[in-house]
Amino acid sequence: MVVVGAGEAGAGAVTALREGGWTGPLVLIGSEDSLPYERPPLSKAFLVEEPPPGPRQILTSERLRELRVTTFFGRSALSIDRSRRTVKISGGANVPYERLLLATGASPRTLPPKYGSAQNVLTLRTHDDAVRLRAAIKPGSKTVVVGGGFIGLEVASSAVSRGASCVVLEAGPRLLTRAVPEVLARLIQGRHEEAGVQIVTSASITRIEERAEQTLIILDDARVFYADMVVVGIGAEPNVKLAEAAGLSVDNGIVVDETLTASDPNIFAAGDCCSFPHPLYERRLRLEAWRNARRQAITAAANMLGAHQIHDDIPWFWSDQYEETLQIAGICPDQPAVHRDLGPKGTVLFYLDHDSKLVAACGFGSLGVVAKEIRFSEILIARRLKLSPAALADPTMNIKSLLVG
Amino acid sequence: MTSGENWVVACTVDAIQPAEALRVDIGSRTFVVVRSPDGQFFAMDGHCSHEKVHLADGIVDGNIIECPKHFGTFDYRSGESRALPACIDLKSYQVKVEADSVYIRV
Repeated sequence: MVVVGAGEAGAGAVTALREGGWTGPLVLIGSEDSLPYERPPLSKAFLVEEPPPGPRQILTSERLRELRVTTFFGRSALSIDRSRRTVKISGGANVPYERLLLATGASPRTLPPKYGSAQNVLTLRTHDDAVRLRAAIKPGSKTVVVGGGFIGLEVASSAVSRGASCVVLEAGPRLLTRAVPEVLARLIQGRHEEAGVQIVTSASITRIEERAEQTLIILDDARVFYADMVVVGIGAEPNVKLAEAAGLSVDNGIVVDETLTASDPNIFAAGDCCSFPHPLYERRLRLEAWRNARRQAITAAANMLGAHQIHDDIPWFWSDQYEETLQIAGICPDQPAVHRDLGPKGTVLFYLDHDSKLVAACGFGSLGVVAKEIRFSEILIARRLKLSPAALADPTMNIKSLLVG
Repeated sequence: MTSGENWVVACTVDAIQPAEALRVDIGSRTFVVVRSPDGQFFAMDGHCSHEKVHLADGIVDGNIIECPKHFGTFDYRSGESRALPACIDLKSYQVKVEADSVYIRV
């Protein structure tokens, strides 16, 4: 068994393969020269905690030895020979496989070259990126974040928490356009503004340039922002070149079936790089989410060992900003929601289908309240129970009580 | 209450419904007191061993309490970690109920 990619999905898969009973050779290939580590803290705890925490390892050296995993860290998978079932890696080795898992992740989008270039423009994906960013956000420094999505807003929250000033430039008319309903996006914007973050929506950048030791970001309406560090958080592209070159089906991710099997029955995909059909939402999804990577790794590993498990996990996302949490279960459709107002503790939106079954829920507020609401919502979505909008809207009703149907 | 054995009142019996959990701060320490679905009380350290998150904010399911943030789970009867990313056990504490109060032996 060979796993390409040593992020959350790849590391999870080698563990699941061994725990699932695989006793033969097990290889993990990762392009970063480090043990697998968790990425979510890079935009949050790593930037604000004192002293900075080290990378939070998913697998230690001891655990890898215990699992009898042969590792190639700091080596890239260059090509796949599907007829010979080998993966060629940098440094010259050809690694044979019986089953191959592609957990190649995604790479952050960068700004097009037409905007110009500057030294202090960074994307945030790796621990090294976070080290550089942490050094730049200190009291009195200026950070400009390009992109009002999850990463950008987490960085903004971390920057102001460290005493830096921060401006968020979002091209769209509001924050979090891709995954978060407008009602909650407005609440989140308010929370950032209260903390001193300047939010600029419908921002159109025309040029980025360096002057002295600062970086200038110039908008098309002639506004100019100065920054010690610019962080670009405008989404990510799935890493599919390896799959594409091997002739696998690729369409906004490595195309897999419901068992996470790619267009070659000996090759599987999991995590940010994977485009999979979701039985509940009846369409293909590609999720850049920590838990998706973790859960898909488990399903893919089981199926690499001959099971036929369908991946129907309810999508789930979270983001921490300041003391608040944003959590989403399911995929929020573009339709009116049932609104549950929990006062200062938070707000939750529920989305029902035409049959009064819950398909998504999204909440923003204190972790203690929002986490339970969304966790029970996730169970309600999976159970396909019919629900009363009035009960969902009632803040005095314990959502757990709906589980009994 | 037995003196000299470090029994401390954590909460009243009515403060926790069956299959629920409560955060209890005693001095600088944080505990989670869990009431099992059949009504028994248990206590262990209150933060998930993966990241400092209050376990009392998570859900109780059977003998398990689940971290609200990353879904690591613990057997609240023993403190044993049961699901990644939580892989370090938590310390559990003796509990007793006297009259209408729940005591933890800290």
